[in-house]
Amino acid sequence: MHALNMVFEARQGHPGGDMSVTDILATLYFGVLRVDPKAPHESGRDRLILSKGHASGALYSTLAEAGFIPIEALSTYMKPLSMLNGHPNRNNVAGVEANTGPLGHGLPIAVGIALAGKIDNADYRVFVITGDGELQEGSNWEAAMASGHHKLANLTLIVDRNTLQQGARVSETNDVEPLADKFRAFRWDVVDVDGHDPGALLDAFAPSADRTKPLCVIAHTIKGKGVSYMEDQVGWHHGVPTQAQLDKAMGELSGS
Amino acid sequence: MSATQPTSPALFDCRDAFAATLDQVAERDNRIVIVVNDSIGSSKLGGFRKRWPQRTINVGIAEQNMVGVGSGLANGGKIPFVSAASCFLTARALEQIKADVAYTNANVKLVGQSPGVGYGELGPTHHSIEDMAWLRLLPNLAIIAPSDPWETAQAVEAAAEHEGPVFLRITRFGVPKLPRPDNARFEIGKAETLREGRDVAIIACGVMVTRALEAADRLADGGVNAQVVNMASIAPLDEAAIRAAADLGAIVTVEEHSRRGGLGGAVAEVVAGYRPCPIRILGFPGFMPTGSPKFLFERFGLTSNGIEKAAREAISLRLL
Repeated sequence: MHALNMVFEARQGHPGGDMSVTDILATLYFGVLRVDPKAPHESGRDRLILSKGHASGALYSTLAEAGFIPIEALSTYMKPLSMLNGHPNRNNVAGVEANTGPLGHGLPIAVGIALAGKIDNADYRVFVITGDGELQEGSNWEAAMASGHHKLANLTLIVDRNTLQQGARVSETNDVEPLADKFRAFRWDVVDVDGHDPGALLDAFAPSADRTKPLCVIAHTIKGKGVSYMEDQVGWHHGVPTQAQLDKAMGELSGS
Repeated sequence: MSATQPTSPALFDCRDAFAATLDQVAERDNRIVIVVNDSIGSSKLGGFRKRWPQRTINVGIAEQNMVGVGSGLANGGKIPFVSAASCFLTARALEQIKADVAYTNANVKLVGQSPGVGYGELGPTHHSIEDMAWLRLLPNLAIIAPSDPWETAQAVEAAAEHEGPVFLRITRFGVPKLPRPDNARFEIGKAETLREGRDVAIIACGVMVTRALEAADRLADGGVNAQVVNMASIAPLDEAAIRAAADLGAIVTVEEHSRRGGLGGAVAEVVAGYRPCPIRILGFPGFMPTGSPKFLFERFGLTSNGIEKAAREAISLRLL
């Protein structure tokens, strides 16, 4: 709900992708990640990288609810000189791990953190969220290959599989399927889950001492989730609601 | 060689000083790791890998991932030296260098090996005569082009100590050890005046510094007193040293790089806003033909002769 208000006030943003990833972010920050908003740079923290940085509205909202940044700061989203840039900047916003925005950057960075953890025998975990259209970027597959090769069991990739990209369906643009088979071929474990079911997500993210490979969680989501007129509509990749549309969305979200 | 001929000075491959110094730094700081793209041999890092296999990350032929991994390692508290042929490191992974390293202000050390026309015969795909131009645009990133093995060693130490991103331009083309006082010390952001002069300033970096000194000797024989400045730190730039050069009223810049956007461009930007004077920018004019580095230097005037000629031209154009 924060994210929609932010997009409404800023008159720009990416509401569809915010809404598809919100349940994943909430599950991670409130049920999985070992992070402390009072010590956001503590060396043993778990890391979460939002590689689909355009869903910054959802990330900032979650960081605010988790205590990393003040809730009041959200109303400055994308306003002139705001620390809440349209894409996250770790030097300005506590809790942000990587300056994402250009797609295909998060997974390589996550691989580097996972390798650092492995060298140090540290027990922190590294999570990275990409879009599904984002997997068209070749750098992801360079990183996926390296992850399998290095057996990065401390790395979890979550694919926000909402099936839409900016201009059309992923399947009509440059299809990423068979996605699970691709990651298995790159020597990953793969699970498919409902990306809006916190229980299923928690099960998928549960630590496992037996794990010997990186884990890809394909989270099946709905772009614009929770708002009837936005759901699964390509036009809401970066649409801005009118006042009437916002009121309707808020009604639906608070009722759900 | 007969005893009557002058003895040529010993020439050094700066990669050796890079690798030896990195070993020393890594010995005392276990945060140092290396990231390579199957470039162990061409970076002369075989010894490092043997000694610290667990601190050696070879991502294979994948430069975008290589730089992203470097940024991640820095996030995890490491000091990664990401070492690869400069042409591939800086061009293929430019967006990663921009976003993951410079904009993030990550503590990553990028090592561009065999830059310029180090791979002369292999052609323009392997030449890296654009790297300083496109990296110079990126805030936060220090860019260092050492002139000899001593300065290479100093620069590796400085890069490891510096908190923030650095690009080191390490040449394989043989260079002599330059004469320096015992108390000389390299500092990021500081130019080094190797020779005082009053008629013209020659500002050089990398392998061209030794040629600049030779040119100054030749100019002196003709009664022209040339200042020689080693501008190893391309970014941050020692603007005071450039203003002092502009005060002489004539400047030559010389670099193993494109004439556009590199050291010459950086100098011109400062001089234009201070005290405009003629600047002869020596470098490569475009995509280079095949040929050894030495052949290409001679062909395109990057020699003591060429620098001497350019200095005389700059003096003749000096504004009154």
